[in-house]
Amino acid sequence: MMIKSRRSFLKVAGIAAIGMGAAPVMNLAASESHGSALPKMEKNEEALHAKRWGMLIDTSKLTDEVVEAIKDACHKSHNVPDFTIEPDAEKYSGVRPVREGQEIKWIWDEHFHNAFPDKEDEFLAEKFHDLPFLVTCNHCKNPPCVQACPTQATFKREDGIVIMDYHRCIGCRFCMAACPYGSRNFNFRDPRPFIEETDPDFPTRTKGVVEKCNLCAERLAKGEQPHCVEASEGAIVVGDLEDPESEIRHLLAEHYTIRRKQSLGTEPSVYYIV
Amino acid sequence: MSKNMIMAGLVVFVLAVLSPFWLNLITSTQAAPEPELLGKAAKVKKCVLDKYEMRAEHMYLLDVWRDSVVRDAARKYTGTNGETFNMSLSTGENSCLGCHEDKAKFCDSCHDYASVSPYCWECHTNPKEIE
Repeated sequence: MMIKSRRSFLKVAGIAAIGMGAAPVMNLAASESHGSALPKMEKNEEALHAKRWGMLIDTSKLTDEVVEAIKDACHKSHNVPDFTIEPDAEKYSGVRPVREGQEIKWIWDEHFHNAFPDKEDEFLAEKFHDLPFLVTCNHCKNPPCVQACPTQATFKREDGIVIMDYHRCIGCRFCMAACPYGSRNFNFRDPRPFIEETDPDFPTRTKGVVEKCNLCAERLAKGEQPHCVEASEGAIVVGDLEDPESEIRHLLAEHYTIRRKQSLGTEPSVYYIV
Repeated sequence: MSKNMIMAGLVVFVLAVLSPFWLNLITSTQAAPEPELLGKAAKVKKCVLDKYEMRAEHMYLLDVWRDSVVRDAARKYTGTNGETFNMSLSTGENSCLGCHEDKAKFCDSCHDYASVSPYCWECHTNPKEIE
C-alpha cells in the first residue's frame, strides 16, 4: 500500500494545477499561429484627408439667398428636423405640433453682436449690424464639449473633426452647457415627424440625443466637399489648417480673419473674413 | 397500499414536470423563420462572414463596424473571404440593406420570432420605406 504524506500530496496537486492553468495558454498560442487572415478595415481610397480640418467663411460673399441655400442644403441632407412644420397627419397621427422656441440647427445665421459678443466695439462699422454671419460647430482644437461628455459620445477625431457617436449619447446635455457657441441642440421630441423629406443617405436622430454639425464626415469619406461648401458659391472653404500649402492656409495668410470667442481658449477652427 | 400510492404519485409528478413537452406535442409550433435571400443577396451568396457565423455574430460585427466608421472614419471592410463591403446598414450599394433588399423579410422576420427589438431603425432609415 502506498502511503502519502500531506507534503508530497500537495506537491503533486500544485504541479497538476499549474499544468491545468497552462493548457488554455498553450491552446491560444497554438491557434493563433495558424489562424486565417484577419479582416481589414480601411478608409476609402477616395477619402479626403487632413491633419486638422478647418473652415473659412468669407462674409463679404454671403448674401441672404446664399445663406438660405447653405442652411437648406445642410439641413435637408442631414435630416435635421424643422419644428415649425405640421407633421403629416396620416403617417404620424396624434403627434402634437411643437411649442414655440424649440429648434434644431447645424448651421444658421446670426447677427454680428451675437456671434462675436467680445468684438462689439462702441462705434462698430455700420455694415456689421446687418451682415448675415453663418455660424456652426467650430470643431475646436480644444473642445470643451468633449471634456464634458461622460460617455465619450462626443469626441475629437484624429483629423480634428469634433463628432458625435449618437449611439452612445445618453442625453445628459453636459456638452450643450459646455459649448460656448450654442452649436448643440437636444432632441426633446422624436424628430422624425418633423422631417419633411427624409434623405436615405443619412440617418435621422432619435428622441433624447444631442446633435450638431459633423463637418460632413460622411462626404469627406467619399472624397466630396461638405454640403455647405458646395452650396456657398465660393463663400466657404474647407481645408487642412495644418498644411501650409492648402487653399485655406493661403487665404488665411492673405486676409484678416476673426474667430468666435477666441479668448476662451477653445481654438475654434472656423475663421471669418470680415 | 403505500407502494401504489407512491407509484401513482411518481407518475403524476413525471407527467407534471414534463408538461411543457406534452404541451408542445399537442399544440402546433411555428418553426423559426429562415431569413429570405432576395434580389442581389440571392445571386451573390457571399456575405461578410459565412452563414452560421453571420447568424450568431452579426450584432457584434455591426458593433465593430459602427466604432470603425464613426471613430476611425474607416468605412471599407475586407472580410476573410476577400470580399469588400461598405460598412453601412442602409446607405449605398454595398451596405447591408443594399444587398438584402427587403428589411421585413431579412431582419424583422427573425427578430420578431426571437422577440428582440434592436433600436437600429429608430435612426437608420430603410430606403424602401421612404419612397
